[in-house]
Amino acid sequence: MSLSDSDLARLARLARLRLDPAAGDALKSQLTGILHLIEELQAVDTQGIEPLAQSPHLQLRLREDRVTETDRRADFQAIAPQVENGLYLVPRVVE
Amino acid sequence: MEWETVIGLETHTQLRTLSKIFSGASTAFGAQPNAQASAVDIALPGVLPVMNRAAVEHAIRFGLAVGATVAARSIFARKNYFYPDLPKGYQISQYEIPVVLGGAVRVTLEGVERSIQLTRAHLEEDAGKSLHEDFHGLSGIDLNRAGTPLLEIVTEPDMRSAAEAVAYARALHRLVMWIGICDGNMQEGSFRCDANVSVRPRGQKEYGTRCEIKNLNSFRFMEKAIEFEVRRQIALIEEGGTVVQETRLYDADRDETRPMRSKEDAQDYRYFPDPDLLPLVIDAQWVERVRAALPELPDAMAQRFQSVLGLSAYDAGVITASRPLAQYFEALLQNPKLGSRASGSDPEALYLDPKLCANWLCGELSAALHRENLEVEHSRITPGQLSGLLVRIQDGTISGKTAKEVFEALWQEGGEADAIIEAKGLRQISDDGALEKIVDQLIAENAVQVAEYRSGKDKVFGFFVGRAMKASGGRANPIQLNDILKKKLAP
Repeated sequence: MSLSDSDLARLARLARLRLDPAAGDALKSQLTGILHLIEELQAVDTQGIEPLAQSPHLQLRLREDRVTETDRRADFQAIAPQVENGLYLVPRVVE
Repeated sequence: MEWETVIGLETHTQLRTLSKIFSGASTAFGAQPNAQASAVDIALPGVLPVMNRAAVEHAIRFGLAVGATVAARSIFARKNYFYPDLPKGYQISQYEIPVVLGGAVRVTLEGVERSIQLTRAHLEEDAGKSLHEDFHGLSGIDLNRAGTPLLEIVTEPDMRSAAEAVAYARALHRLVMWIGICDGNMQEGSFRCDANVSVRPRGQKEYGTRCEIKNLNSFRFMEKAIEFEVRRQIALIEEGGTVVQETRLYDADRDETRPMRSKEDAQDYRYFPDPDLLPLVIDAQWVERVRAALPELPDAMAQRFQSVLGLSAYDAGVITASRPLAQYFEALLQNPKLGSRASGSDPEALYLDPKLCANWLCGELSAALHRENLEVEHSRITPGQLSGLLVRIQDGTISGKTAKEVFEALWQEGGEADAIIEAKGLRQISDDGALEKIVDQLIAENAVQVAEYRSGKDKVFGFFVGRAMKASGGRANPIQLNDILKKKLAP
C-alpha cells in the first residue's frame, strides 16, 4: 500500500502538523516505507495465536488510597514556557 | 409519520477517593490551580502510573450493585487525542475488556417500572480544565482534575424518551451516592452525562443516525437538550435532510444544541493496551468481601418498607431517595421507649407507627430542612429527639397539631419532647371528667344550636367540636371529645 496526497493531508490534519509542500513527496515515500514494514509484519501467519499485549503471568500492582504528593507547582512551572495565576498558558484552544 | 426516540447515556462518575487514580496527588475540590497536579498528572517524562486500589474497589461495588459481571481480568488502554488539558497526549481508559460488564438499573416512570440495561462500566482518568477567558488570546490550563478517577457507565440504547433518560440518570445518581462511590455533586462535575440521541420511524428495526450531546450537568438541562435534539432531527428528516453523526453541545441560554466537532475531524483514538499498566486482576475473594460490605440497596429497602412496614410505594420511594434519609427513618423507628420492630417478626412488640414516622419525616422535618437548606444528616433534630415526640402523639399525650408546636420548639431550642410538653402544659386532656365538664357547659350555653342538632342538622356538630377545642386550649383529646359530644348531644 502506498500513501496518496489526500492520505498525507488527512494525517497532517489529525496530527496538527503544517507540512511544507516541497517536503510532501519525500515524506510520502518515507511513510510508505513504514507501511511496507507493517505489511511485512502482517504477512506473518498468526492464526490461533492469542494476542499478547502485556507480560503474561504478571498482574497490576495496586497502591493504597493515600495522598503522598505535596504541592510542587513552583518547581514544575519554573520550566514551563508561560504561566499566569498558577495556570499553564497555551495557544488558545476552543472547539 | 410517527417517530420513536432512541437514547443511550454515558455517565462519567467521579469516584470518591482521596488520591488520584494513578498518582498520590489529592483529589480535593477547589484547590489553587495546579497545586494538586503531580509529576504523573502533568506527564513529566519518565513517570509511571500506579493504580489506586480504592478506585478498583468502587468499580467492583458498582458492578455488584447493578448485578453486572465484574471482570476477573481487565485491561487499560490508551485513548490518544491531542488537547492541552491532557498532557500525556492520551487518556488512560479501558477499551476491549472493561472492569464491569452488563448489569441493569431499574427506573420507575409514571408508575411503570422498567429495567435499563447497561453495556459496561470502565475505569479511566479525568482530564484537566481549560480556561479560555482573560489570558490575552491564550488558554489557561489547570491540571488539578487530571487523573481524578472516573467510572464511565454506558447504557444500551434502551430509553425511549427524554423523561425516561432523566429517570435513569436520577436512579443512577441515587445509586452511586447510596453505595458511597461518588459524592454526586453535579455543580462540581462529579456526575456528568452525555446522551446519544437518534430517531426512527416507529416500527423500524434499524436505529437512526445518532448525535452525541455532551456534558449535560443537570437533570433539567438533560431533559430540555434531548427534547430539542429530537425535534431538530425529526424536522431535519421531514424536510428531506439527513442526520449527520456528530458531537453537539447544549446551550442552556438559547435552549438548543450546536455542533461541537464536525465529522471531518472525526477522531481516530488509536486505542491500544497501555504498556505501562499490567492487566487488572480481581479475584473472587475480593469480590465477595466487597459484596459482604455492600449496604442494603435502595430498591430492596423500598420493597421492605412496603412489605414489612406497610408503607405506600410513594412514601417508600421518597424515604429511599437518599441513604441518609433512609437511615434517619430507620433510626426513628428504633425508639428505646417502645422497643424496636426492626425485624417485623414480633407483631405484639410495641413500636412507632411507620406511617406516622414517614409522614413526619416527609412532612414537617423535610419542610424544616428545606427552609434552612440543610441536608438530613445535618438536621437540628436527631432521630432520637423526633421519635420522643412521635411517641407522645402515638400514645395520645398530645395531638398532632400540638406536636407541631413541640416540633418547632425542638427545632429552635433543642431538648426533649417530654420536657417541652410539661413545661408548656401541652399535655392533651384525656380525662373523661374534665372533658364532660367542658361539654356540659357548652350545652348549657348554646341551647339554640343544641336544638338544631337534635332536629337533624348534623353540621352543627362541628360547631361544638370547635368550641370545645377552644375551651380546652386545643388540648382536648379529639377522639374522646367526639365520643362525649355524641353521647351528650343525642336527643
